[in-house]
Amino acid sequence: MDWLDTQRDNFQVLSNFSERLIDGLVTTVQLTVLGGAVAFLVAVVLGLMAGSPSLWLRGPARVLIEFFRGISLLVLLFWLVYVLPIFIIRYDIPIPGPQDHTFAVGVAALGINYGAYAAEAVRASLTTVPKGQWEATTALSMSWQHRMRRIIFPQAWALMIPSLANLWIHLLKGSAIVYILPRVNDLTFELNNLRRPTDIWFSHALVGLITYFLLALVLLFVMQALEARAKYRLGRGPGLREVFSLRLRPVSPDGAGGSAMGEDETVEPKAGARAGGEER
Amino acid sequence: MPTPTEPASAPAPDTEETSGAPVIEFVDVEKRFGDNVVLKNLNFTVERGERVTLVGPSGSGKTTILRLVMTLEELTGGYIYIDGEPLTHREKDGRRVPVSKKEQKRLRTRIGMVFQQFNLFPNMTVLENIIEAPVHVLGRPKKEAVAKAHDLLGQVGLSDKADAHPTSLSGGQQQRVAIARALAMDPEILLLDEVTSALDPEVVGEVLNILRTVAETTNVTMLIVTHEMGFARDVSHKVMMFDGGHVVESGPPEKIFTDPDHERTKSFLSAVLGDN
Repeated sequence: MDWLDTQRDNFQVLSNFSERLIDGLVTTVQLTVLGGAVAFLVAVVLGLMAGSPSLWLRGPARVLIEFFRGISLLVLLFWLVYVLPIFIIRYDIPIPGPQDHTFAVGVAALGINYGAYAAEAVRASLTTVPKGQWEATTALSMSWQHRMRRIIFPQAWALMIPSLANLWIHLLKGSAIVYILPRVNDLTFELNNLRRPTDIWFSHALVGLITYFLLALVLLFVMQALEARAKYRLGRGPGLREVFSLRLRPVSPDGAGGSAMGEDETVEPKAGARAGGEER
Repeated sequence: MPTPTEPASAPAPDTEETSGAPVIEFVDVEKRFGDNVVLKNLNFTVERGERVTLVGPSGSGKTTILRLVMTLEELTGGYIYIDGEPLTHREKDGRRVPVSKKEQKRLRTRIGMVFQQFNLFPNMTVLENIIEAPVHVLGRPKKEAVAKAHDLLGQVGLSDKADAHPTSLSGGQQQRVAIARALAMDPEILLLDEVTSALDPEVVGEVLNILRTVAETTNVTMLIVTHEMGFARDVSHKVMMFDGGHVVESGPPEKIFTDPDHERTKSFLSAVLGDN
């Protein structure tokens, strides 16, 4: 039997356990989506605090960001699942034991850790919103919440998406670290578990490679769509429909941007024409 | 007070009266940036309905004055009163005590500002830019705000641009929207900070004409910083000449522009008007 036939058999064996693999995949997707959501929440809160002029908000935010960026995610998990229960039992603290909620612990740890990184992206992109925009909101007497929600954040949003996309893809792959948690069996854990007794590497590693790649591709696609929409709303790019239709149909060089601002595009030429007219 | 949307039956710029009550009052105002003192011991008042133009060389503190009134800069010394109420600090037992955020906001909603760089919100359409603050800050019904916005857009000649994005507009059009946005708040005080300095020369006139109409048809108090001396002369009740953070002289435009008392004013005006 040559190598190819062996591999075919290996894949056959692996497919017998497809249920476990799919369970693992679902867990990985759940960790990525829920962990990403928690991370986003943490990032927005810490990022807004870190960008505040008030030291009472900025100080604690900096401490939290640097702490959770600095510590190892793996060690954080050890602490949450194995160290924390010691204290909970010893001091009889009335909170649910983390060992009974290992999935939630995984989501929280991923969210806090990646959220600390993302907070920097949030803070940095808030500072790139021009000063004039902040001043206009003051001139219109907007409250802090109002200006952030309606004016500043939507503008910073377009800029922070690429960094957040990066971190989200990191989180997807980093989610494999939950293997140390009891009863949280993600895709990597299952693949490795199925491999261990057989010591077959190729088929298992290939399934892992392709699955993670495809998942990352989906995340990238989602984030690109969000970025295109955000830019369109700022009047800086074509609409979503055009972004994705551009990939399907060939576009002539000068037709590409044709309808992006089509309805309002008369302005520049008109101004130019008027200037030209006066010169003559 | 007639709103900008009602055309005055007989617009006659020079017959309207200023009430005599000070609506803006600077008392011993000092502004420093670090060690750099920009304004010192500045005292002046602006009466209700009065239109005051600040002229002077760049760096003389004119724009800083507008920014102080808009609370965009921190007041480092002295007091500013709006309608007799302290804007940033009040005097209490000889000490400066900051006023509450709430009090400040209440006064600030009566002040509007148009910026040199327009500062329209790019994430909103023209109409949304105009109704955002009236609806969400003043709590006006949306229908009413939209109707008023359309009126104002008509006034500034941009009725067809309500749904356009600011980025698709020319500079002159953006500034006209910014004027409409400021007027939509029905400000008692309007601050105009070099509103034509960033514009192409051929659109300066249309923006100034809109402001002339606003001046003629309303009695909104205006504090103006501009390099357009013709405009200053047409709309101002009073011109204040600044240099080095001090008022060199002030008076009606006819007096300042034709027969100034001070040498510094003369040399400044001949430099500015000379190249026209």
